[in-house]
Amino acid sequence: MSAEVELQNVSIAFGNFYAAKNVNVKIGAGEFFSFLGPSGCGKTTLLRAVSGFLEPSQGKVLIDGQDMSGIGPNKRPTSLIFQNLALFPLMSVADNIAFSLEVRGHDKVQRRKRADELLDLVALNGQGDKKVHELSGGQKQRVAIARALAVEPKVLLLDEPLSALDLKLRQKMRTELRAIQQRVGITFIYITHDQGEALTMSDRVGVMNDGELEQVGSCYDVYEAPCTPFVATFVGENNAFYGKVEKVEGVKVKVQTGGSSFIGQAGLGLDKKNYKFKAGDEVIMFVRPEAISLKGNSKKTQNSFSAEVKTIEFEGNLKNIFLRSAEDVDIRFSVPSSSDTSGMEPSKNVSLSFSQDNAVVLPTGALALD
Amino acid sequence: MNSFYKKNGPVIATFFLVAIIFWLVFLIVIPQLYMLDLSFRPNLPPLLRGGPDDVYTLTHYKHFLYGSETSKDAYNYVDIGVFLDTIITAVLVTIINLCFCYPIAFYIAKLATPNTARLLVLALVIPFWINELLRSFAIRILFAGEGVINNILLELGLISTAVNFIALDIALYTGLTYAYILLMIFPLYNALETLDTNQLEAAKDLGSSTVRTHWRIVIPHAKAGIASGSTMVFMLTAGALATPVVLSSPNTYWFTQLIYQWFNMNDNWSRGSAYSIILLVVSVTFVLLMMRLFKVTIGEVVR
Repeated sequence: MSAEVELQNVSIAFGNFYAAKNVNVKIGAGEFFSFLGPSGCGKTTLLRAVSGFLEPSQGKVLIDGQDMSGIGPNKRPTSLIFQNLALFPLMSVADNIAFSLEVRGHDKVQRRKRADELLDLVALNGQGDKKVHELSGGQKQRVAIARALAVEPKVLLLDEPLSALDLKLRQKMRTELRAIQQRVGITFIYITHDQGEALTMSDRVGVMNDGELEQVGSCYDVYEAPCTPFVATFVGENNAFYGKVEKVEGVKVKVQTGGSSFIGQAGLGLDKKNYKFKAGDEVIMFVRPEAISLKGNSKKTQNSFSAEVKTIEFEGNLKNIFLRSAEDVDIRFSVPSSSDTSGMEPSKNVSLSFSQDNAVVLPTGALALD
Repeated sequence: MNSFYKKNGPVIATFFLVAIIFWLVFLIVIPQLYMLDLSFRPNLPPLLRGGPDDVYTLTHYKHFLYGSETSKDAYNYVDIGVFLDTIITAVLVTIINLCFCYPIAFYIAKLATPNTARLLVLALVIPFWINELLRSFAIRILFAGEGVINNILLELGLISTAVNFIALDIALYTGLTYAYILLMIFPLYNALETLDTNQLEAAKDLGSSTVRTHWRIVIPHAKAGIASGSTMVFMLTAGALATPVVLSSPNTYWFTQLIYQWFNMNDNWSRGSAYSIILLVVSVTFVLLMMRLFKVTIGEVVR
C-alpha cells in the first residue's frame, strides 16, 4: 500500500525566519521522490512537516488526500529514517525492528517472525540476536530500513541516511535502496544534498534553495533543462557566461559576453515553455564541462573561443581542465583520461568550442555556492 | 612517577601528591581504621586505656543485637527497630526523590530551551547556598501547626483543623527528600543529557506512547545515572543528622541520633563507633545488593 503526498502552499516559520516558503508539490503513490538542496535549504524541515514532528505555519500536508494537520507522527502512515539512524543501542537488532509491533501489543513469537521476514528483505538473515553496535555501518543502515518498514508505512521518509557511509558503500546502498523501494512498492521521499544520490535513485527530483522549491522534474530534466541559474549550477557542474542578449530567433538566443558572441537555446521556465528574451536582457549562458571540446572535434560546433590553461586535475576516469578565457571567465571542462592533452600545458592558449544545442540561456539569478 | 613530575613540574607535582595522600590517608583511611579499632574495645576511662582490661571485645555489637545485660528482652528491640526504621525510611525517601527528580531532570535535559534550563538549574542550586540546618528549620516553620501550609489549606477549606505534619513525619520526609535533591538531579541530568533526541522521535514515529518510550528507551539509557543518584541519596539520607533532629516527631528516632548520643551524651565512643560501623556496613551491603539486582556495575555508578 502506497500513498500520494501533497504539499499545498506549505510555509514553515521559526520566528521571523522562513525555513520553507510556499512549497507546492504533489508526489505520486509509489514514487521515489528526492528533495535535493544545499544544507540549510529547508529540506529536512519539510520532511519533518510530512512526518508530523512539525506543523506547517501555513498550508497543508495531505496524505492520500487526507489533511494531516493535528495528527501526530505516531498516527501518520509515514515512517522516518533519521540521518543518524537513531537505532536503539540497548536493544537487539530484532527488538529494534519489532519495536513498532511491541507497541501495538503483538506477542513475542509474532514479533520475532516479522523481524526475521524483514531481516530477509534487507539481506541480513540470522543477525537478529546481535547488538546494534556489533553491526557495520551498512548493516545498521539496513536495520534502520527494516525497522521503518515494520510499521507497514504508506510513505517512507529518508533524511540523508547515507551521508555517514563511505563512498563505495554509499554507491552500493543507492542501488539497494532503489531495489527495496521497487520491491515494497511504497512512496519514498528522500532528502539529500548529494546530486549523485538524487539522480541515480529518484523518479523525480525537487531542487530546493533557501526554503523555496526551485524546480521539480525528472532527473534528466533537472540536469539538462534547468529552470534557474541555481539549479543549473547546483545539479552537476556548469560554466556560466554572463552577458546581454543581442538577437533572438525563435528559441535561439545570441548572447554577447565579453568580446565574443555565442548562440544558445533559451532555457525552459517552470511552465515548461522557453523563456522569452528580447535584445538587451541580462542573461547567463550555461555550458556543461562535458559539452566543451577542443576545437575541430565536432562538426556541429558553432561557438568557439580561446582561453588560457590554468591547471589540469586528474580524477581517474576524467581530466578536469581549468582555464580562463580572454574575457576573464573561469571555465572548466572535462575530457576522458585517455585523451591526449599534451598540447595543454598551463599558461598556454587553446581554442575551445561547444555546440549551440548544449548552451542554455537563463535569466540572471543567484548561482549555487561552491 | 617520573613522567608525572616531568609533565607537571616539581612544585605542582609535589603539591598534588601531598594533597592526595593527605586526603586519602588522614581524612579517610586513618579515621575509619581508628573507628573500627575503637568499636572492638571496651569503654574505659582514660587512665585504664592500654592496661590489662583493654582487650578486643564484641560487647558493643552484642549490645546492638541483645541489649544491655540487665534487659529481659531476647533482642535489643529498641535499637534494632530504630535501625530498620532508618533504613526503610531512607529507601522510601530515595524512591520519592527519584520520582520527583526524574521528570525535573528530563525536562531540563531534553525539553527546556537552554535559557530556561539555566534558570531552572539556578533555582535548584540557590536554596542550597543556605545551611542544611537552616533549611530544615525553614521547612519546620512551613509545616508548623500555625504554619504557612496549614493556613493555606484552612483558608481554602480543604481541612477544618490544622494538621500536625510534624507528628505525622510528613515534615521529616519532605525535609529529607529535599535535602539531597541535587545529588539525584545532577547524575540523572548527566545521563539523560547524553540521550540522542532522535531516539525519542524515532520511538514516537514508530507509534510508541510517551510512557512506553520512557520505559523502554529513556530509563534503560539513564540506568547508571539513576543508580548513582539513588546510591548517594540513600547513603546520605541514612546518615543524615541535622534534618531528623529538627524535623522528626518526638517519637521518631533516627539511627544517627543514637550514634550521636553514644558519642556525645553518654561519652561512650566505642559503642558509637560500633553503631557507626554497623550503619556503614549495612548501607554499603544494601547498595551493592541493589546494584547486583539491577545489573549495574560500580564503574557505571561513579562515572
